[in-house]
Amino acid sequence: MATASVRRPARRGAPIGRILFLSFWLIFVLAPLYWVFITSIKPSDDYLAVPPVWFPDEPTLVHYTAALFAYRGLDGLVNSLIVSLSATVLSAVLGTLMAYSLARFNTGGKHLAFWVLSQRFLPPVAVILPIFLIYRTLRMTDTHFGLIVAYTVLTLPVSVWMMYAYFRQMPKSMEEAALVDGCTRWQAFWSVAVPLAAPGIVAAAVFAFIACWTEFFFALILTSRDAFTLPTVFRAFIGFQGAQYGEASALAIVSLAPSIALGILAQRHLVRGLTLGAVRG
Amino acid sequence: MADVRITGLHKSYGAVPAVRGVDLEIKDGKFAVLVGPSGCGKSTLLRTIAGLEDATHGTIEIGGEVVNDMRPRDRDVAMVFQDYALYPHMNVARNIGFGLKARKFPRPEIDARVMTAADMLGITQLLERYPRQLSGGQRQRVAIGRAIVRNPQLFLFDEPLSNLDAQLRDEMRGEIKRLHQEIATTMIYVTHDQIEAMTLADRIVLMRDGLIEQQGAPLDLFERPATRFVAGFLGSPKMNFLPGTLMRTGDGDAIRLGGDGASLPLPSGRLLNGAGDGAAVILGLRPEHMTRGAGPAPPDGAVRLDAEIELLQPTGSRTYATFRLGDQPVLAELQAHDVSRPGERIPLDINLRRAAIFDAETERAL
Repeated sequence: MATASVRRPARRGAPIGRILFLSFWLIFVLAPLYWVFITSIKPSDDYLAVPPVWFPDEPTLVHYTAALFAYRGLDGLVNSLIVSLSATVLSAVLGTLMAYSLARFNTGGKHLAFWVLSQRFLPPVAVILPIFLIYRTLRMTDTHFGLIVAYTVLTLPVSVWMMYAYFRQMPKSMEEAALVDGCTRWQAFWSVAVPLAAPGIVAAAVFAFIACWTEFFFALILTSRDAFTLPTVFRAFIGFQGAQYGEASALAIVSLAPSIALGILAQRHLVRGLTLGAVRG
Repeated sequence: MADVRITGLHKSYGAVPAVRGVDLEIKDGKFAVLVGPSGCGKSTLLRTIAGLEDATHGTIEIGGEVVNDMRPRDRDVAMVFQDYALYPHMNVARNIGFGLKARKFPRPEIDARVMTAADMLGITQLLERYPRQLSGGQRQRVAIGRAIVRNPQLFLFDEPLSNLDAQLRDEMRGEIKRLHQEIATTMIYVTHDQIEAMTLADRIVLMRDGLIEQQGAPLDLFERPATRFVAGFLGSPKMNFLPGTLMRTGDGDAIRLGGDGASLPLPSGRLLNGAGDGAAVILGLRPEHMTRGAGPAPPDGAVRLDAEIELLQPTGSRTYATFRLGDQPVLAELQAHDVSRPGERIPLDINLRRAAIFDAETERAL
């Protein structure tokens, strides 16, 4: 009894501290998002009003229509989706095959795996000029295909390394059981290794997608009128006549949607991945 | 069903040899157990037979066919792994039927065969469960089910019971033996546990450092070990080893032990392979070949000693008693009530007719 009565106030105190901490944290994280959202529906006069307008009297969608149509934000959105999804799928497929090969067959000895990762050490500025020249010669500038290739190459090292780590910690014996059971290597890979590595593959794909979705530098240099992606649209909002805060905010809100949807979708897989280890032993 | 014949098998990992020239023949329908301490090459040998490792030299024949260049799936073998290796994303029925599905069997036949196998192992009520919902023993049964469902010509077991607790291990050991009696297919079983080896095997293949130390029927190896290593590996509690000197005089042969120099006369007619007077030897005494002396004289072939018991370890049915012979501690396995307390002096008969004698240098049996 004595210990219980001593402990009770401590227990009651903990949630208050926790709630306070979490409240501040949430405000810290969500306040900018709120401001972006509120700016996207504010009339232009309210942007820099003093005192600040916390919620506009007359919300408007005019910035959305301007950003999406006048500034071609919708085209950028479609291009971004095409390029990011294609590059993500390619990166996941090629990355899975490469990672499996590195992990199970020790392809290229010790050094190939590290060489793959070392490709990420190169700053983009160092490669952009040769890539641009090659692309111009091959007429790949300002095409979806060109950007998809560039993004696949860009995201592959990290995808390979994430899955390489995943395959290496997976016990070999399940695939060996499949081989003895009557599978070819491909069958064992496809029906045993890939399903078991699914959480790792999904995680790598999420990272690849986010990297593609937010990439600005390559898109800026390699595209112009046709294949431009969402991030490059934003530079149009800062011009001679001042910044187009409303349009920029509206497009920011639009560009957030796919990332959030993907995050929610992937979370289920990622959580399932954590419980997969419980199967053995 | 098939004979297995292995000739001159070598397997190295880079410069490290794991199997260094193994010749082995297992007759159709026999249960062979590869046993030995860890790192002796037994698992590598098994995996090479399965096709999971390539042989460096030598040939492997299964059912009269050389399988060296065949993929594992074409060798018609089934393997049970130490960690069970069940597919966690498939339920029990799909785990068992997976091999048949990979071989494109028709659905109704897969279902029927899975049912038969599950029935045989008493796991029909588990077919819808996933591996994570099963206990260790149940997982082991599923792994065995996955092997028997295909009717392979050869079964391979890689330490299948080592992850189970002691009681379950005894139970599953019995089941594996019963399974072999029912289906009478050739089986090769790897273990480091000498009790599993003794109880299961038609033929024990005892390995050491990548080579076969001795092979034969379990009781042959137990009673007539070719080397000190074999004698020490088989049997629990372990055989006692006492260094000594062979004395060959007109009165008969004897072994004088090191330390205080007690002399044990050997029974007449004991062949010593030509070892001469004064040869350094090791006397091997199994704990169960020592009994509390009764009656006026020891039985034929035994010597009676006056032993002071230093340590007692009762197990219930038997009592392990440690005493000193020469300067060496010796463990004897006595009846439960033969000794009542440490420090007691009792008459002890040692059956030297069943003692093993090894050359001290080569450690081979004389």
